[in-house]
Amino acid sequence: MNTTRLLCCLGYILLAPFIGGLLDGIDRKLSARMQGRTGPSILQPFYDIIKLFHKQIFLVNHSQFFLVGSYLVFVIFSGALMFAGYDLLMSFFALTTAAMFLVLASCSTHSPFSAMASQRELLQMMSYEPMVLLACVGFYLATGSFQVSDIIQSNLSPIVFLPGFFIGFVYILTIKMRKSPFDISTAHHAHQEMVRGVTTEMVGSLYAITQIAEWYENVMLLGIVALFFINGNPISWPLAILGVLFVYFLETLIDNTTARLKWSKVLSSAWLVTLLFGGLNLLVLDLMIKYR
Amino acid sequence: MEILIPLLIVFPFVAAAVLSLLRHAKAREIVMYAASVIVMLLAGSLLVLWLQNGAVSVSFYVETELVDGAMLVVELFLMVLVTVLCARRHRYLIALLSIAQTCLLAWLDLWGPAVKENAHIRVDGLSLLLCLIVAVIGGLICLYAVGYMRGYHHHHKDVQDRRSFFFAMLFVFLGAMFGLVLSESLMWMDFFWEVTSICSFLLIGYTRTEEAVHNSFRALWMNLLGGLGFAVGIAYSSAVLHTVSLSEVVSLGAAIPVALLAFAALTKSAQMPFSSWLLGAMVAPTPTSALLHSATMVKAGVYMLLRLSPALCGSLTGQMVALIGGFTFFAASLLAISQSDGKKVLAYSTVSNLGLITACAGVGMHETVWAGIFLLIFHAASKSMLFQDVGAVENALGSRDIEDMQALMLRLPKLASIMVIGIAGMFLAPFGMLISKWAALKAFVDADNVVLVLLLAFGSASTMFYWTKWLGRILSISRVRLAHDVTKPNEWVSLYIHAVLMVLLCATFPLLSTWVVEPMLTGMFGESVQVLTSDNMVLMIVMLCFIFLLPACVYLFTRNLRHTYVISYMGGANAGDNNHFIDALGEKKNLQISNWYMTGYFGEKKLLLPCTILSTAVLTVMMCMILVGGVLV
Repeated sequence: MNTTRLLCCLGYILLAPFIGGLLDGIDRKLSARMQGRTGPSILQPFYDIIKLFHKQIFLVNHSQFFLVGSYLVFVIFSGALMFAGYDLLMSFFALTTAAMFLVLASCSTHSPFSAMASQRELLQMMSYEPMVLLACVGFYLATGSFQVSDIIQSNLSPIVFLPGFFIGFVYILTIKMRKSPFDISTAHHAHQEMVRGVTTEMVGSLYAITQIAEWYENVMLLGIVALFFINGNPISWPLAILGVLFVYFLETLIDNTTARLKWSKVLSSAWLVTLLFGGLNLLVLDLMIKYR
Repeated sequence: MEILIPLLIVFPFVAAAVLSLLRHAKAREIVMYAASVIVMLLAGSLLVLWLQNGAVSVSFYVETELVDGAMLVVELFLMVLVTVLCARRHRYLIALLSIAQTCLLAWLDLWGPAVKENAHIRVDGLSLLLCLIVAVIGGLICLYAVGYMRGYHHHHKDVQDRRSFFFAMLFVFLGAMFGLVLSESLMWMDFFWEVTSICSFLLIGYTRTEEAVHNSFRALWMNLLGGLGFAVGIAYSSAVLHTVSLSEVVSLGAAIPVALLAFAALTKSAQMPFSSWLLGAMVAPTPTSALLHSATMVKAGVYMLLRLSPALCGSLTGQMVALIGGFTFFAASLLAISQSDGKKVLAYSTVSNLGLITACAGVGMHETVWAGIFLLIFHAASKSMLFQDVGAVENALGSRDIEDMQALMLRLPKLASIMVIGIAGMFLAPFGMLISKWAALKAFVDADNVVLVLLLAFGSASTMFYWTKWLGRILSISRVRLAHDVTKPNEWVSLYIHAVLMVLLCATFPLLSTWVVEPMLTGMFGESVQVLTSDNMVLMIVMLCFIFLLPACVYLFTRNLRHTYVISYMGGANAGDNNHFIDALGEKKNLQISNWYMTGYFGEKKLLLPCTILSTAVLTVMMCMILVGGVLV
């Protein structure tokens, strides 16, 4: 048991950036095709990262190192927790801490663009947090445990009990992955009014670190998506991978077909979806358990 | 112990009497120091004695006629005092509240129905924990107050210097708190309850400005209303249940007295719709805010609820308490977003956290009470630290607005570091509050309380928002005017001890759980459950290590890295110092960066009234249901 935990954990730490980078490359390629362009090679993100590491380091202040470093470490830590099969809630708490370090890194620079974006990033966090917590609660109700190692052993795929949670989670995933229409704090596309948002003041290897952290984070989030499908039966694993790929494609599609919203709409729509889908599903699930 | 307990309760009153008579500043300060230390020592020795006696619940003093009589006299005196003060400001209704409850209690005491003999004092884990919080944190605040008030009157020449009175009140308050948490008899508890209400009223009105007087009367009527509920609850339980012992009322679980006591507790711990008194109390000097309105007095309310929790579990009263608490947690955390006054954010956060403790107590299950007690411990330590810190920052900067705390880490590094510890302790993984939140969430799910789960999920999202933006402001680095740190040594002593205490609490919380909180719960619920799994404990400790080791590692790694400092990006218009930009006419303009407050969405004007109406409606309807139901049954 402990060796599997260790292996999964190590597997995540070593492989996640490659999977995340590859997915990023696929995303770029897909987006380009959707827009009628040829697009770069799917290995382009890796070339970019390598180049970034060879650049000179420009800092606005020294605390950026620590804050961005903490962001990376906490993202890896929370993902490792999840992949090692530990408490889901705990790993999300760690992820929140990680996200907060990114906001602090952005705040610390006292630049108008990153200052504005850090408030927006906080707003985004506030928008998706309730659904994240509820998703954990959903898994707990569906499988009787917060432990990922128990969740993947359940008889039925959790999604059977959690369709509303799934919709809600995919909705906030769009915010988490910084996809349009919710890319208000920073976007993957050339950003006009916010320059580069929270990462405006991060250049060279500092920026590369945030990029790698984002890959780790994406793999972790997609891991949660997979968790909706996985059950004790090994056949569910390929299904889960298909599910993940479908969700990822959906995010790319949404990204390319929608226009950016105002921040107030991001907050209100995310909370509404959370309450409607997550809340209702929670209520139904609770009643089901009570009268089973 | 029979001697130590009365000593612990009476000593602060004696100290107060001495302080109120002393006019010489130096002498007064020495008495303050000595008394604070003695109070801490007394509470400490009570703990040691209790541990030596096997750490079990013990009760004392069955025969107390003389003391009862003395209390009655004091109570009547307080009634007259309140009536006179109210009459002077033409607030007759408030006086009526005081008269009604005092007369009721006096009647009960003298001619009321016969009740079973019972002990008047009980010492157990929970009451001792509260004693320690009051003694250590209260004592430190008193140390802090000495230095702070000197600075306060230096800055506020318009306020009449009534420091003797102020310090005396602090100690009266400490004594009353000891009495309150050690009382087993509801009559005694109510007496101390009323003393704390009046103390807080007098302290809020310290500056005697129009606003202070107005707010102090609001605090008074809300607390007296709760006190009236308390008195009626006692009257009912002595008439019907023939007992005035708290533990018996809890074990009998009768709906009406429990509901009335819970109502009193809700007013005292400033739950919606009564939270406005705590917000208003922020006009008082900082030690008052720290002592009464964050660390100790509001804890009296949740202490009562935690005591009642076995009776609340599964009952309609419990549902009411949990609902009000959960709603308060959510609403206050939204309201906190719109505040830029540091003390007001702290006040809203206090209300919000108390709401969470209240919700935990209302659900009344083993795990929730565990979470509630943990929240109580961490909240007391970190909030009192934050209040004192904001007070010290205010003395240095002349403002306590969060927007003025830009780059505080450079300007007042020591105060800012303490603030960071406090804020991180309030909401971040892996610090104490978060682990309690984790336990609370799990327990709310187990209790099938969907509404509470939703309120907790949304409320913690907004909690994160207002804390992080404050943190961002402090850590934001820009070239600013340096500030002169005017914090006095005695303030430092208190702040440092708080900071160390906070870090220790965070580092040792698994031990705290096994050795302190678990046995306490075993006493209350009769069984022991492991709330925190060992896996999670290890994870939290690993995270804690990260937090402390990371800065050092990053420093080592990046020490020799070649890097160039640049100015921040302003679309090419940075004037060169990060603080100014060149506008379209070629002039240098000052760059102002501010946080979001979103007053159009979360402002007091927008939210306060609907929240108050909603919670009043819920409280009224549910109270009526419980009372009518109780009478019919």
